[in-house]
Parts: sequence; structure tokens; C-alpha cells
Amino acid sequence: MIRLLIRDLKLAVRAGGGFGLALAFFLIVVIMVPFGVGPNSATLGTIAPGVLWIGALLACLLSLDRIFATDFEDGSLELLATAPLPLESLVAVKACAHWLTTGLPLTLAAPLFGVLLNLPGPAYSTLLLTLILGTPALSIIGAFGAALTVGLKRGGLLMSLLVLPLYVPTLIFGAEAVRRAAEDQPATTPVLLVTLITLASLALLPFAGAAALRINLR
Amino acid sequence: MTLLTLTDLACDRGGLVVLEGLDLTLDQGQAMILRGPNGSGKTTLLRTIAGLQPPVAGQITSDPDSIAYAAHSDGLKATLSVAENLEFWASLFGTSNIDRALTAYDLTELKSRRAQALSAGQKRRLGLARLLVTGRPIWILDEPTVSLDQSATTLFSECVRKHLFDGGAALIATHIDLGIDAPVLNVGDYKLQAAKTRAFDEAFL
Repeated sequence: MIRLLIRDLKLAVRAGGGFGLALAFFLIVVIMVPFGVGPNSATLGTIAPGVLWIGALLACLLSLDRIFATDFEDGSLELLATAPLPLESLVAVKACAHWLTTGLPLTLAAPLFGVLLNLPGPAYSTLLLTLILGTPALSIIGAFGAALTVGLKRGGLLMSLLVLPLYVPTLIFGAEAVRRAAEDQPATTPVLLVTLITLASLALLPFAGAAALRINLR
Repeated sequence: MTLLTLTDLACDRGGLVVLEGLDLTLDQGQAMILRGPNGSGKTTLLRTIAGLQPPVAGQITSDPDSIAYAAHSDGLKATLSVAENLEFWASLFGTSNIDRALTAYDLTELKSRRAQALSAGQKRRLGLARLLVTGRPIWILDEPTVSLDQSATTLFSECVRKHLFDGGAALIATHIDLGIDAPVLNVGDYKLQAAKTRAFDEAFL
């Protein structure tokens, strides 16, 4: 398992792996928003929690279809399926690699980008906390969506349609927690709910993803 | 010792049953060559044995952890080197020695070259070298000699012979003569007489 993770990270970091794509996209969104809504810092501070979470979510979505598609195209997915590695762990490892290459960098960069949007001071720690708790859910839900659409040519659109509704709860509670923290209100409840969604996804979706892969590999 | 037994096997492709009533046993040290015209179901049969799709009817008796499958595509990562590609598969299958595989397919000199810089034949050789690092006794090979030149085909035949001598078994779908002493199974003989389709919604279950 750990070898597969290392291979995937190696592939992501090498040329053409798409590492940094999500981060660049996130940066572009955050830079463009003040141009779009105007430089009024009060307005920016109000919308910052939502914009940061939407930006992180869309950046995450951008690289999802590559989770299984590249392995499917060069035939290694079939060979991995016949290797002594359960498909459930394959899905989990792939989601983990995706998180390490997109979710984690996004989380670490988010406080920096918060400055660009004039995010109020008390919200930074909550932003970091909700993203680190919430982005694993984005990756594992995305891996499930990618597993569902793996055999399809240009399955990206279908996958976005399947995955986005599943992202909504994480987005709502994540952004809500940051908003509350920005207004100096207690944010414990939404943070707990984000954690709950992540834990439930991590527990269930590797199995669903493996079942989807099994059907798509037939 | 018998490694693989198929009894009254039927397999389907795209909801259409292509083969039925196939019986086969593969003992230690034995190889079998699959022949048949294009579309006769060689790949479908091999995929079924490899466990990628369930059989429509019949039984496959073998240790599920004894099969190494090589498909049409080699599953190589273009940005990894030859050695890195092999090391990955070796560690996934719990072995560590890739030197024997590199030597067997004459890849030692290409060891540090990226897979994207290999020719089609060299890629195929690397794909076949993967079988040696799996350490599994039953090789299921789907047209292994595609894009191999004469000398590489000889390397491959030697590898298979050595594998058989070491107590392995091989099931090879091929159109050429490999020079391996093995019985030939013509897949075309098991073709379905009347077209039979499977229930449509079964594909979703």
C-alpha cells in the first residue's frame, strides 16, 4: 500500500503529474474575486469564508478525474486489480495520494490567501482546522466519483455532476464554521459536523468505490 | 500438481456470451497455447481466469493468489524509469529482486531510462519482465509477443521454458509459433452456436 502511495506521489510531482494545478487554480480564484466584487475590505471580509471554501472545493474537483483515468488508460488499473491488493485499499490509497497532492497544499496555502481576501483575524485557525478536517472528505468522495466514471471517455462532466451534490454538506458546514469564527461566535457545532461527514465518507466510500471499479473493469 | 482447472466455463463480452462449455486443466510445468481468430474470445477467457470479470457459468478452480496476468497494455508509467516501474510491481507483489527480470529481458542497460523513452518492443519487454517479479506460478498472457523482434521473442520463449521448468504454468494467447512444446487449444471450437444474450440489467448489479 505504502509503495502505491509513494508511486502516486512520485508521478504527481514529476513532469505532467498535475501537482500545483489545484494550488494555481485556487490562487487565481482568490486573486480574481477582489477584482470582481471591488476592493472594499468590509465586503471582502464578509464573503471571504465562502470564497475560500468554494475555491478550495473547485480546485479539488479539477484534478479528480485523473485519480483513476491515467491508470485506466495505460492498463495499470487492470494489473493493480489482479495484484495482491484489495480494491478497497486501492481506492483509499488513491484518495490519500490525491489529498496529499491537492487537499494538504490547499489547506496550508489557505491562510495566506485569506490575507488577500481580508479574512478577519480570529477566523484563521478555524479556516485551517475546517480545511484539514474537510478536504479528506473531498478527496475520498472524489475518488468514489472517479471510480464510477473511470471507463467513460470525457467522464469529467458526469463526474462533476455526481460529486458536487455530495460536496455540498462539507461546503456548507465548513464555510459556516469559518463565518462564525470570523464573527467571534462559537464554531464547534459546524466543525464537528464537518468531521462527522469526513469520518463517515472515509469509512464507507472505499467500499463503494471498489464496487464501482469492479463493475467498470468488467 | 494441478494449478488451474476450468469446468464447463462460459464467459461473456459486452452482455454477449462468446464462449461456453470450456474445460481445461493446467498442471505444474505445463503450458497451453490459445489460438483462434480475432474476436473468438481469447482475451475474454483470459480476463475471466484472471478474475477481472465473473464467468457466466462454470467454475474456475485455482488459488486466487497464484495468477499473474499480462494484458495487451503493459501498465507502465511514462515518467518512471525502467527500474522504478519494476521495483513498484515487485514490492506490490512482495518480492524485491528485479535484477533477474532485467537480465532475462536484456533491460539492464536501459535500467535508468524513463519508460516514455522506450521503443514499443522495449516497453513490451519491460511489461513481460513484470511477470518475473510477481513470483506467481500461473502466467496468463494475452498476445505477449506483439511488437517483439525475433531475438526478443526468443528471450520470451526461454523465460517461459524456465518458468515451466521451475514448476510454473502458462496460458498464452498468441498467433505465432513460440517454439514451446505445449498443447494448442482452439478457442473457436467453443464458440456459441446460437447467440445468447444476458439480461440487460444484470450488468448493473
